[in-house]
Amino acid sequence: MLLVFVSFACGLVFGIGLLISGMTDTGKVLGFLDIFGAWDATLAFVMAGAVAVTGLGFALARRRGTPVLAAKNLWPTRRDVDTPLVIGTTLFGIGWGLVGLCPGPALVNLAGLGLPVIVFVVAMAVGMLGHDAWGTRRTLMRQIEKA
Amino acid sequence: MHHLTPLSGIVGGALIGLAASMLMLLTGRIAGISGIFGGLLQPGAGDRGWRIAFVAGLLAAPLLASLSGTPLPAPAMPASLIVIVIAGLLVGFGSRMGGGCTSGHGVCGIARLSARSIVATAIFMAAAIATVAVVRHGIGG
Repeated sequence: MLLVFVSFACGLVFGIGLLISGMTDTGKVLGFLDIFGAWDATLAFVMAGAVAVTGLGFALARRRGTPVLAAKNLWPTRRDVDTPLVIGTTLFGIGWGLVGLCPGPALVNLAGLGLPVIVFVVAMAVGMLGHDAWGTRRTLMRQIEKA
Repeated sequence: MHHLTPLSGIVGGALIGLAASMLMLLTGRIAGISGIFGGLLQPGAGDRGWRIAFVAGLLAAPLLASLSGTPLPAPAMPASLIVIVIAGLLVGFGSRMGGGCTSGHGVCGIARLSARSIVATAIFMAAAIATVAVVRHGIGG
C-alpha cells in the first residue's frame, strides 16, 4: 500500500515538474526542436535540471544499495546499441516532432480532456500494444521456424 | 510566440529529477513514462498497482494546479487528427521498440551516463528536429 502511495506521489511531483517547466506546452517543445525558427532553448534547461538532480539521487540510491520499499533496485541492464534502438528512437522522434508530445506530457495533458490529446494518447496506447503484439508474434514465428 | 524561460525550466526540471530520484530510492524503479504506461497495457502484467498509481499522479498534477487557479492544460494541437493519430502511433510504437522515451533515456539514462541512452537521446532529438524542419520550413521536402 505504501508502495502505491509513494508511486502516486512521485507521479504527482513528476507531473508538477512537467507543468512548471513548460514541457506540457507543445508550442515550447516544438520551439526547442525548431532550430531554424525562433529557437526556444528552455527544454535544454529542463533537461539540465532534471539530469543533475537525478544524477545525485541515483548516486545516493547506488550507495544505499537497496530501495526502502522493495527488494532491489531495478537498474536497466542493457548497454548495447542495436537496430531496434536506432529504428525505434527514430520513429519516436518523428512522432514527437509532428505534434510536440511525448508520453509524460501527453498523460498530464489528458486531464484537460481536449479531443486532440485524447486521440493522441489512444493512438499512443495502440502503438505500444501493436509493438508488443508484433514482438510476441516475431518470437513465435522464430520458434516455429526453428522447430 | 514562445520565449526562453530558463528559471521555471530548471525548477521544473529539478522537480522531475526529484521524482525520478525518489522513485528509485524508495521503490527501486526507473521513472520512464513509456515503460510505466506500456507495462500497464500488458495483458497479465503482475505489477499494475504502482504503475496505475504513478500515472494517476501524473493526471492529478494539473487537477491540483487547477485548485490554485491554474487552468487545466489545453496544449496547442494545430495538426489534423490524421497527423495526430500518426504521431501517437509513432510515439507509442517507437518508444517501446527503442526501449524508452524522453524520461527513460533522456533523463534517467543520461543521469546514469548510459551510452545506450545517450545514443537514443541523440537519435530522437535529431529525428524530431528534422521533422520540425520539414513540417515548418519545408527543408528537404
